Amino acid sequence: MNSHKRLQFKTFVMILIMIIAGPLGNVLLGKGMQSVGTTSIHSAADLVHVIGRVFANPSIWLGVASLLTFFVANILVLSWADYSFVQPASSMAYGVVALLSMFLLGESITLLRWIGIAIICLGVFIVGRTHPRTTAHH
Amino acid sequence: MYKFIYFFMIVVAGTLGELCVSRAMKQVGEVHDFRPAAIVKVIGRALRVKWMWIGVGMMTLAFFSLLAVLSVEKVSFVVPVTALSYVAGALGGRFFLGERITLSRWTGIALVCIGVTLVFMGKG
Repeated sequence: MNSHKRLQFKTFVMILIMIIAGPLGNVLLGKGMQSVGTTSIHSAADLVHVIGRVFANPSIWLGVASLLTFFVANILVLSWADYSFVQPASSMAYGVVALLSMFLLGESITLLRWIGIAIICLGVFIVGRTHPRTTAHH
Repeated sequence: MYKFIYFFMIVVAGTLGELCVSRAMKQVGEVHDFRPAAIVKVIGRALRVKWMWIGVGMMTLAFFSLLAVLSVEKVSFVVPVTALSYVAGALGGRFFLGERITLSRWTGIALVCIGVTLVFMGKG
């Protein structure tokens, strides 16, 4: 494999990990937090109690592990690829999160919301594809 | 009202955090070796960069705000709304860094705003 192909390949693998691990992490956190439920916090003791419940939840830990995987893949890819390249490529994550929350959490997503998500993906893609430097050099 | 503060934290602290981490990793340099020991070494090097700590601090703040919002709202609602980070990033660049924002970038930002509005309206 020549160096250009190699660079493309490792970039592809890292971005693939990002668009799976990131959304999966968010969905698992959502699942965990929904089972912890809403609690009103009136004192420091309440806060400690809620934090204890949050971190006793296995979904939260899986979600954190998944987000850490995302984070490591993200910083590794940022060491060689431009932020402005990584950003549009990872816009697919918005679609993935919708699919995962539908299939894993049984959330119903209205047509209007699907359209909104598609438009967000498109918008993020366009933002990232613009030229990364707009300030003049002297 | 609290929800808006949380969303604000997710968007603003998250974006600033990402920019700091990005800056730190540029300082660390390109990663060539993917053996676990080498990756641990890279992480060790990254942790000696000041920007990494600032970035991780911001992202931690964004993370707990995310947890708070997820306890009351659906994932398929929360995550698309966090796309407003792109708007925050562009406005920050425009007003704090004096970057010129091209027409196509404004178009992308406008699309993200329209999309988020639809996600809000499409509350099922």
